[in-house]
Amino acid sequence: MNKVITVTVNGVQQVLEVEPRTLLVHMIREILNLTGTHIGCDTSSCGACTILLDGKSVKSCTILAVQANGKSITTIEGISTEGELNPIQEGFKENHGLHCGFCTPGMIMRITELLKDNPDPTEEEIRWGISGNLCRCTGYNNIVKAVLYASAKMRGVPTASTEPEFV
Amino acid sequence: MIQCKTSKEISGMGHSMKRKEDVRFLHGKGHYIDDLKLPGMLYMDIARSPYAYAKIKNIDISEAMKVPGVVAVVTGKDLEKYNLHWMPTLMSDTQMVLPTDTVMYQAQEVAAVIATSRYAARDGREAVKVEYEVMKPVIDPFKAMHADAPVLRTDKPGKKDNHIWHWEVGDKAKTEKVFKDAEVVVKQDMYIPRIHVSSIETCGCVADYDKVNNHLTMYMTTQAPHAIRTVIALVAGHVGLSEEKIRVVSPDIGGGFGGKVPVYPGYVIAIAVSFLTGKPVKWIEDRSENLQADSFARDYHITAELAGTRAGKIQATRFKVLADHGYTDASANPSKFHTGLFSIATGSYDYDTAYMEADAVYTNKPPGGVAYRCSFRVTEAVHAIERITDRFAFEIGMDPARLRMKNFIKKEDFPWKSPTGWIYDSGDYHAGLKKAMEAIGYDALRKEQIEKRKKGELMGIGISTFTEIVGAGPSKDFDILGIKMFDSAEIRVHPTGKAIARFGTKSQGQGHETTYAQIIAEELGIPAANIQIEEGDTDTAPYGLGTYASRSTPTAGAAAAVAARKLRDKARKIAAYLLEVSEDDLVWETGKFYVKGAPEKSKTIQEIVFAAYTNHPQGMQAGFEATHYYDPPNLTFPSGAYICVVDIDKETGAIHVRRFVAIDDCGHIINPMIVQGQVHGGLTQGIAPAMYEELIYDEDGNILNGTLMDYLVPTAVESPKWETGHVVTPSPHHPIGAKGVGESPTVGSPPAIVNAIVDALSPYGIKHMDIPVTPFKVWKALKEKGVV
Ligand code: FES
Ligand code: FES
Repeated sequence: MNKVITVTVNGVQQVLEVEPRTLLVHMIREILNLTGTHIGCDTSSCGACTILLDGKSVKSCTILAVQANGKSITTIEGISTEGELNPIQEGFKENHGLHCGFCTPGMIMRITELLKDNPDPTEEEIRWGISGNLCRCTGYNNIVKAVLYASAKMRGVPTASTEPEFV
Repeated sequence: MIQCKTSKEISGMGHSMKRKEDVRFLHGKGHYIDDLKLPGMLYMDIARSPYAYAKIKNIDISEAMKVPGVVAVVTGKDLEKYNLHWMPTLMSDTQMVLPTDTVMYQAQEVAAVIATSRYAARDGREAVKVEYEVMKPVIDPFKAMHADAPVLRTDKPGKKDNHIWHWEVGDKAKTEKVFKDAEVVVKQDMYIPRIHVSSIETCGCVADYDKVNNHLTMYMTTQAPHAIRTVIALVAGHVGLSEEKIRVVSPDIGGGFGGKVPVYPGYVIAIAVSFLTGKPVKWIEDRSENLQADSFARDYHITAELAGTRAGKIQATRFKVLADHGYTDASANPSKFHTGLFSIATGSYDYDTAYMEADAVYTNKPPGGVAYRCSFRVTEAVHAIERITDRFAFEIGMDPARLRMKNFIKKEDFPWKSPTGWIYDSGDYHAGLKKAMEAIGYDALRKEQIEKRKKGELMGIGISTFTEIVGAGPSKDFDILGIKMFDSAEIRVHPTGKAIARFGTKSQGQGHETTYAQIIAEELGIPAANIQIEEGDTDTAPYGLGTYASRSTPTAGAAAAVAARKLRDKARKIAAYLLEVSEDDLVWETGKFYVKGAPEKSKTIQEIVFAAYTNHPQGMQAGFEATHYYDPPNLTFPSGAYICVVDIDKETGAIHVRRFVAIDDCGHIINPMIVQGQVHGGLTQGIAPAMYEELIYDEDGNILNGTLMDYLVPTAVESPKWETGHVVTPSPHHPIGAKGVGESPTVGSPPAIVNAIVDALSPYGIKHMDIPVTPFKVWKALKEKGVV
């Protein structure tokens, strides 16, 4: 028996009919066609599917769509208007924090919560803070740099140079 | 600092231009394969074998067919009717698409379930009942080579053993003589384990066959779309699909690393089903399927030997390899190179004697042997030479940096012919290592190590100074299934001076949309921001062999430069016409031609291009377009000097990588930011096999870590903060002097890490550790030596 749920997705309330077993990530991708949220594994290991559920970063492959009933969901498509980059997105672009881009939306959603909880994190805190998100391409150096950049920008302090530290 | 000839506005070579492709990814607007939805699309899921070796007695699909939404279940017997149950591998072996009678490895495809939704397909898959008669698999490659081992490939008429091929290179007799007379000989067995590329996006496709027009569009995660189109035409020609009716589209790819070069059975089944149903069919594999069935890399058992003098001169090397290929040879190598470019294993050192041999063997494991961020077995080669070089240094009690400095090929000796016949194009190995030693403070570290050792603390310093061989390749030697390994670029400049350029390669995150634009900007002076780059659609892009083995810059990047130069020649003619001077009187300065001695008389590239459409000289073809197919005269030989410092906890064996400095030489640099990013990423993919990753099988052929829960891809916590730098020795034969960089760090870093770990443990007589070096392995080794 399908269930009817009400969710607020990127600020817009939606009433959806889903199978009780539907994973939240599949609801987001296949029913709402918000394909910026990715799937990279089947064991809750990679974080590519990370979204915000009532402001908390969660792996949407690990939650049933029905569990989101009455809650609010933010995906990568909802964090900035098209044509503009928010400070985290800008940090990624300025610091080459992405290669293939597949992990990027999940990373950004995780970092969104990280910076809310801890606006001025150390490198060590950033590394632990994103350790639930795998990136196979970047080697993480530049993701860390992107977070530091975003943190500075959001706190209104000057951002560090984005030039590569190539000696 | 890198010198730029162009302004930031133009952003030619050397500028750290921010990537043009980023914006869509940052908004979640990339187009990856699983994002594609076509009307009427069906979904495919695949039932797989739980056993490594078994006879299929019966496949019962009746329950599966009852699952709501399931429209078909396809087995090997169904494909057999169309002679599509087997397919050729890139190495001209054969591979089952779906089995008709026997499964050869755990997780092998057994039946495909087609349904109207993803969930229905999965339900159907669970309802497929297969009866197996389990057989004892052959897992150990050495046992598989025994005369009395059961013959696995009974499908091959007359096959009497599990041996696939033997390969050798070098002067065996001379090498034996040098070894016999040598003052010092060191020998080490080492295993380069089976690992997995594990790109965060798995593999998948949407096969869309249009019955009315007899046309197939194949959207798929492939690094080599054109080659795939030709393969489909060759394999499916007999059912009426010919090449002009096939379009392969490779959308945005979420990491490839070589794992998206092969043709996997899932792709072929999807095509077959779409062909039969006339409906689009989507197949996206799970991570676990991806880890368990696709694209393993490495799996080389190597015996490395080195002969040298007491004074530290390397005189000869000898390598013996046993390659475990799984149940078929599905390696992704150029056709003539069974062991890929393993013969680069003589390294960065100046000596003239070497001999190498390799044998490949079938076992009941998944097929593969992909070039994982590696120019075909170069990672294995570099590991062998860099480990055995360190063993030699240890044996004679010489500092490994000094020993390397003593043996390096000298800068002035390039081009240099290696004992196995390669012509190294250029390099400055002394400068690279010197720079790395200064950056890390090598001498101070050695002093610190002495102090630490006095206190019984474990600290190690490891070096790897490797030579890579990339950019396959010159067409006289390099082909894949007969297709020569050139690559291509086509540039079209529009009347308003903006351009689109298309390539036969395919980025999977390397940033081609930016770097190719920069190459063209450098040559033509059109701002890189105004040059749109397209790849991956065989209907529009010129033919090319794709992106892997760091070949894009050496081949397609060169093609871009040459095509742009053809356009510059045309521009000169038009400028001469417009300025009413002879061509010889014109001087090119980025973005314009001016008259010699009268720089105020000039025409910009934009004015010239406009004239090409509006006011071109009579007799000249209108328009401003050029295409080039670049066939490299030689490979390129990037190199690197990497130094790693580790601290090891004696009680637990825990290894902490304190510092890692990587100095790379990839020739002229197109975009330092992207090069540095490639190096960072490659280094993390180097520490992965060095310390964390290995696909492990038990003796029944069960994979013990086939999910991301237990196959340890490094997170930001395991990944050290990388320190990078460069030296530049341009490739003399490449149009822009570039060499390629993507794989250098993956290839070069594992031995630096292991050498550091072994160096830390060496006071206790430990001379070697096989990768991945885990805390448990270290703890066990220390315990055996009575240290813990
Ligand atoms: S897809 Fe959700 S954690 Fe990997
Ligand atoms: S950018 Fe490719 S996985 Fe992170």
